Amino acid sequence: MSAKTLRIAGVTRTFPTQRRAAPTLALQPTDLSVAPGEFVAILGPSGCGKSTLLRIVAGLDRPTAGQVLLDGTAVAAPGPDRGMVFQSYTLFPWLTVEENIRYGLRERGLPEAQQAEIAARFIARTGLRGFEGHWPRQLSGGMQQRTALARALANDPEILLLDEPFGALDHQTRELMQELLLEIWEADRKTVLFVTHDIDEAIFLANRVLVMSARPGRIKAEVPVPLPYPRDWTMKTIPEFGTLKARLMGEIRDEVRKSLA
Amino acid sequence: MEPLKPVSPGARIALGAGFFAVFIAAWGVATYGGYVPPLFLASPGKTLLAGWSLLTEFGFLGDIAVTIWRVVGGFLIAAAVAVPLGLLMGAFKPIEAFFEPFLSFARYLPASAFIPLLILWAGVGEAQKLSVIVIGSVFQLVIMVAGVAGATRPDLVEAARTLGSGRLSILRRVVIPAAAPQIAETLRLVLGWAWTYVIVAELIGATSGIGHMIMDSQRLLDTGQMIFGIAVIGIIGLVTDLLFKAANRRLFPWAVL
Ligand SMILES: Nc1ncnc2c1ncn2[C@@H]1O[C@H](COP(=O)(O)OP(=O)(O)OP(=O)(O)O)[C@@H](O)[C@H]1O
Ligand SMILES: [Mg+2]
Repeated sequence: MSAKTLRIAGVTRTFPTQRRAAPTLALQPTDLSVAPGEFVAILGPSGCGKSTLLRIVAGLDRPTAGQVLLDGTAVAAPGPDRGMVFQSYTLFPWLTVEENIRYGLRERGLPEAQQAEIAARFIARTGLRGFEGHWPRQLSGGMQQRTALARALANDPEILLLDEPFGALDHQTRELMQELLLEIWEADRKTVLFVTHDIDEAIFLANRVLVMSARPGRIKAEVPVPLPYPRDWTMKTIPEFGTLKARLMGEIRDEVRKSLA
Repeated sequence: MEPLKPVSPGARIALGAGFFAVFIAAWGVATYGGYVPPLFLASPGKTLLAGWSLLTEFGFLGDIAVTIWRVVGGFLIAAAVAVPLGLLMGAFKPIEAFFEPFLSFARYLPASAFIPLLILWAGVGEAQKLSVIVIGSVFQLVIMVAGVAGATRPDLVEAARTLGSGRLSILRRVVIPAAAPQIAETLRLVLGWAWTYVIVAELIGATSGIGHMIMDSQRLLDTGQMIFGIAVIGIIGLVTDLLFKAANRRLFPWAVL
């Protein structure tokens, strides 16, 4: 159970001019509050600033204006309290699965035995048993992202930032990964900020879905998902799911059309 | 033959040896066939005989040892300076901005042009030989290592930051391991260049070494000895290359080299 409230206050991001072109306004002033233990999905068309927002929360990028507050304290730099899984594969190629998962634990200087114990636990939870000694290049995309998830979780962050972690996976793998993530979240109730452009994925996982507008991004709609946990795949077939999906599709279609215009 | 399709290890060795055979055969035809006068080019047999007498009568093994010592010594000094500096330059851009312009200038200074000056400064002893090699390789090496380190994937650096790594830890745990295989490749390449510099250094003002022997043979117009000396350098180069490659494969099993 994480205990910190995340508040995003007036966060704006403009990317400076490149060779006389106009500066890019990627993110309009954005406000958002996320309660401890909430699972928030951010849905939006490509290029609307989802990654930008997540990177600012992670501390990897600085907002042009506004700030990100964790329990009232502004974040200025990345830290192990905010774990992140990236859109691209970012396992360290020179470390095995187990060593990748231990990366943050070693950084914190935990004793060997404790590192091994924590790594073993997350290897088990992400279904990676038997692959501890593999190099990333020997893993499928799904396994790489599971390792990345385990690596972030092993650090026991307050908040988990997931930037389309399953975006590059095939449909079936993706659905299995969603169930795995849900299982972990239902057990730990960590605060999650989950970026996706897949409507089903957003509804299936989150308690709340935020729809972002086309660039320059802003949060244009907020849709609570009043479906009970624990959820499983049968959820995707019930009428309430369909209703929510229809609503979100309506919201997002306009934006995708705008982003293409 | 399919584009980019790998060959089997056996075929690779056979093909590689095949060209050596073709090369030696062409050499044999040119010399035994009388197309090239012996004064200019010794035949393969003559060369081997000359080599045998060099090794047994003239203490050529000692020359080989001296030259290897110089190459390895100069190369290690250059690497000891270049690798740390290159890593720092690649990782920290202000350091790069400080050194890079000077290095880009210095890398074009031909090491051989320094030989007269170096003889003035350091005499004709070992210090001068080592200096030629160091000057010839260190600037190139720094620039190449900096390039490799600077090409570290930024998303890996970011991942490390979100896992709690600070500046030095990123250098130690991300930049260095990410760059290591490429740096090893670079060292392999530069070691090859060190061989050219050492021979140049030994052609002038040396009393021992492979280069000195080649110079001596020229006075006697013994092309067999000269060719044997040159071939020895090639063989040593080939062997170190294979050793380097094998070591890299063992050290970096995770990399697809
Ligand atoms: N470093 C940068 N420099 C300049 N412009 C940038 C930079 N990063 C992002 N942008 C611009 O900001 C906008 C938002 O980018 P962002 O990566 O946040 O989109 P996204 O919603 O994550 O898209 P996708 O779904 O394709 O990942 C884009 O128009 C992009 O071109
Ligand atoms: Mg993105």
